[in-house]
Amino acid sequence: MLHLILFSVFGAICVAGAVNLLLQSHPINSALSLVVVMGSLAVEFLLLGAEFVAAIQVIVYAGAVMVLFVFVIMLLNAGVEERTSGSRVAWLLGIPAVLAGMVIVCWALVTHSNAGSAAIGALPGHPADIAQLLFHQFLLPFEVTSILVLIAIMGAVVLAARSQTVERSKREG
Amino acid sequence: MVPLSYYLVLSGILFACGVVGFLIKRNIITIFMSIELMLNGVNLSFVAFAARWQQLSGQVFVFFVMVVAAAEAAVGLAIIIALFRTRETLNIDQVNLLKL
Repeated sequence: MLHLILFSVFGAICVAGAVNLLLQSHPINSALSLVVVMGSLAVEFLLLGAEFVAAIQVIVYAGAVMVLFVFVIMLLNAGVEERTSGSRVAWLLGIPAVLAGMVIVCWALVTHSNAGSAAIGALPGHPADIAQLLFHQFLLPFEVTSILVLIAIMGAVVLAARSQTVERSKREG
Repeated sequence: MVPLSYYLVLSGILFACGVVGFLIKRNIITIFMSIELMLNGVNLSFVAFAARWQQLSGQVFVFFVMVVAAAEAAVGLAIIIALFRTRETLNIDQVNLLKL
């Protein structure tokens, strides 16, 4: 019962944050509602027993990634989003289609799945167990992600650095 | 005890919110945030299935998804900065060089 109450409360906060992200027109408000979504998702992970995942959700997502987002919003001085009206057909067909799809998927999942249920702390994901798996069975993917992160760092530096040709054309022009 | 399907429904709602935001938003930073929202929805279903089938590899996969998302955020935001520098706009309707 406690599990269901906690799940419902934080699930509601999560969905409210996600909907607020769509409704806000200023990017900084969207970013802050995304922090709410990520924080309440961390609680949902904790309810399932995934302690390590909840911790890195808060540290990596709600911490590092969102700081990066807020930093870029402030760096670029992003203002209120300009509304450009999309095609009317897209709105008339799109919203009912999304709603119908959601209802069908939810109905199918709730009524036709006998996938069982998860108790509170169903699978304790202690850091030691995760590390055991990560450094034995998943050692190669782990090393590959290190290369991926290295490439991402270099790519970010190359892309964000002011290029020489742009500098020169600005000086001449 | 919470049925697994509730977790999947929550994850589906988050994913759908991400898709809708990706399609209706016009600010490139908000579009990027919608992508993060979709990744978060998928992470929730990974953890839920891990708990259901008692397989810790689901949680390891969430770790990998987070690494990829962090790398993607760094590169994507650098692209946004480069885009803003050349075109002076964040509105994707004005970034239409490749449009017919």
